[in-house]
Amino acid sequence: MRDDAPSVLSRFQQGDVDAFETLFRMHQRAVQGWVMRIVREPSAAEDVTIEAFWRMHQSHARFDPERGFEPWARRIATHAAMDWLRRQKPETGMDSEQWNTVAASAESDPALTAEIRTRTAQAFFRLPAKLRIAALLAIVEEQPHKEVADALGISVGAVKLRVFRAIRLLRRDLSEQGIKP
Amino acid sequence: MRNKDQGPGIKEQDTERVKKLLQSAVPPVSDGLEAQRDLWPAMLRRLDEQSSHGMTSVPWFDWALGGALLAFAAMAPRTIPVILFYL
Repeated sequence: MRDDAPSVLSRFQQGDVDAFETLFRMHQRAVQGWVMRIVREPSAAEDVTIEAFWRMHQSHARFDPERGFEPWARRIATHAAMDWLRRQKPETGMDSEQWNTVAASAESDPALTAEIRTRTAQAFFRLPAKLRIAALLAIVEEQPHKEVADALGISVGAVKLRVFRAIRLLRRDLSEQGIKP
Repeated sequence: MRNKDQGPGIKEQDTERVKKLLQSAVPPVSDGLEAQRDLWPAMLRRLDEQSSHGMTSVPWFDWALGGALLAFAAMAPRTIPVILFYL
């Protein structure tokens, strides 16, 4: 958690653009890194980061300086990223270069064929956005459930439920394709 | 249904296998990808665009009100001085 000066937070809440710039520069890296974990595409991460900060600027009056900037920023960024995911067609969730990266990932289990990995990733990107985002953050990025819950603005129990539903749907989709995990 | 025949232990193993498969198919974003350029200039452009857009755009309600006033003035020209007085 960053130590934002209380005066900067208060000035931001009152709509001061200089305070907004200070907070933007302090938090851009963290917000963009978080967004990147969700959208997984550098240019989209930039667009979503700007959109997220734009939303923060628009809702500055609702910001509570007592509760800190970073959790609030992360929650807004998560919702901006979720909106971006919802706008993507499942087939275009990743471009061909990214699919190749998935297939040839050095970190992947060598026992799995590239085709199975690709079909698993495709099945995963067909999941509803709100399930996918929970599974991405909790399973793929291995973020603590509490952090995922705070970012999504839901309870830890709801995160676990979404992850469970994502896994169940993924397993069903893979089974229909003849892939038995 | 196959799942109904499975015990909780088998279901858990199944879940773990799907998780492993997912982690293998969709690797985590590495820290190297977080190398970022300064987005403040782009943010500033967005703020400028929106503020200039905000000044030039007129809400639909204002257009409707203006239209109603014009229509009323056209139907009753003698009320024009009264309308002007209250503007």
